[in-house]
Amino acid sequence: MMRPRKWIDPTWMLAPTLILLVVFFIAPVGIAIYQSLFSWDLLTPPKPVGGANYIALLKSGELFWVTGRTLLFSAMVVSGAMSLGLSLALLLNRRGLWFSFVRSAVFSAYVVSWVAVALLWLWILDPDRGIVAKALHLAGVGSVKLLNHPDTVLPVLAGVTVWKITGYAMIMFLTGLQAIPNEVVEAARLDGAGALSRFRFIIWPMLRPTATFVGTTSLVISFQAFDVVRVMTQGGPVRASTLFVYAIYESIFMNLRVGTASALTVVFFVVLLSLSWLQIRMWRQKA
Amino acid sequence: MKIKSAFIHGLAGAVALLWLFPYAWMAFTSFKSSAEISLRPTALLPSAPGLGAYRAVFSQVPVGRYMLITLWVATAIALIQIALALPAGYALAKLRFRGNGLAFGLVLACLLIPTQMTFVPIFLMFSKLRLVNSLTSLILPFGASALGTFMVRQALLSVPNEVIEAARLDGASEFTIVYRVLAPMLKPTLIAVFLVSFVFHYNDYFWPLVMTTDDSVRTLPLGIALLREPGTGVEWNVVMAGNVILSLPMIALFSISQRYLILGLTKR
Repeated sequence: MMRPRKWIDPTWMLAPTLILLVVFFIAPVGIAIYQSLFSWDLLTPPKPVGGANYIALLKSGELFWVTGRTLLFSAMVVSGAMSLGLSLALLLNRRGLWFSFVRSAVFSAYVVSWVAVALLWLWILDPDRGIVAKALHLAGVGSVKLLNHPDTVLPVLAGVTVWKITGYAMIMFLTGLQAIPNEVVEAARLDGAGALSRFRFIIWPMLRPTATFVGTTSLVISFQAFDVVRVMTQGGPVRASTLFVYAIYESIFMNLRVGTASALTVVFFVVLLSLSWLQIRMWRQKA
Repeated sequence: MKIKSAFIHGLAGAVALLWLFPYAWMAFTSFKSSAEISLRPTALLPSAPGLGAYRAVFSQVPVGRYMLITLWVATAIALIQIALALPAGYALAKLRFRGNGLAFGLVLACLLIPTQMTFVPIFLMFSKLRLVNSLTSLILPFGASALGTFMVRQALLSVPNEVIEAARLDGASEFTIVYRVLAPMLKPTLIAVFLVSFVFHYNDYFWPLVMTTDDSVRTLPLGIALLREPGTGVEWNVVMAGNVILSLPMIALFSISQRYLILGLTKR
């Protein structure tokens, strides 16, 4: 740390950043909390209603179902992306052009837009003309409308999300693996530790911080899922894929209910923060 | 040993296929004609490859204009973020002043706030100011990046104070020190910040969807998503052609800058 030359220096250096962050991040959180206490349809003046928006969301079961659905979706995405990302990192952590090519192939999905990925899988899964339908037909399963069935839509959306973000998890795990000193693993090998016990007792404990980080970020990504829902299902069938952010979007832009949208936003934020906090604590305790 | 090695190479190949086949399928579909899509939808290769689907995309969507808007928005956001993160990161990492801890805490707090949390109030604010459907509504909210500021600060922590003292003795102003002395030293970090931000905002669907209600500043991901009007017969060859147009710039950027992108994701 050094002394600023002039007392004003830190001010001009930080002011633009801090002002923008306050206006576009901090203040909106406060405004959302405030607006959640009003009933407002954007046309007539807002009416203060206290906690009525929250109570209505609770009573209708909307809050419970949206939260439950999103948690289920997140659980599928986080477990899928982490286990697949870790397996691929272990498989592809090898020298040579071939492995570097495969790593790039997997990671590339992470930089392609969600819209492109969603449209692509919509076409692959098209119930009439898609290749998955054709393959299932050839296998004798008959016509399966994976995206049109309330039981299968969420796992399918989770699968597409896993396909998109596994490359990210893999890259993080690869970085973690490469930070493990080779001598340690070699020493264990010389001591007669098999591949499984090397992983269990040496590699995995050293990967734990990486795993916590990947777990938290993929939790945040999956909890914020919107694009796949909006492009692939519009929340349907019968709201079976209406995830949290889509529910917020729907309540303001389709139903013009600012109060409800704000109340949902507040709950969304609280749940997201407590989940991240819980996950970090859980992983710390185990370590 | 040989069998094991062959097995691992093969397994890696299967993995590559799982990720590359969908892209190939997208490309093959985009070169098919509409007639072929309805007659033989699952034929692997197009029987008579043509650019008809691409022509259809260009006639249904003003691709050039949307692309220009998208590139402009993504570039502007990434550059403004870097321009603001440099002095802010410098003050946070190197200067001793009252409120430093508080300012840093504020930046960290913003890392936890997703845009899905803020869009309702910001949308209402912009509609009051009649700024919905403007470039301002797409760019300004992202002008400051908590993540970018954080990354610049972390990178500056490892720059020795002597560098700054020497520049001060040479009579360089603080402005010069930030942009002319330190910025070149942080090149890998800045490239990483730029790329992560650029890729994110080029691809972003949520924010432009919320902030635009008409065609005036619509971005490419919105335009391509509109190619698939739900309900009526979807022309998948046209949608896939749009998909290729949308993804190709990112795949090209990825292939030349993968190293920096990975740096941007892992150095946090």
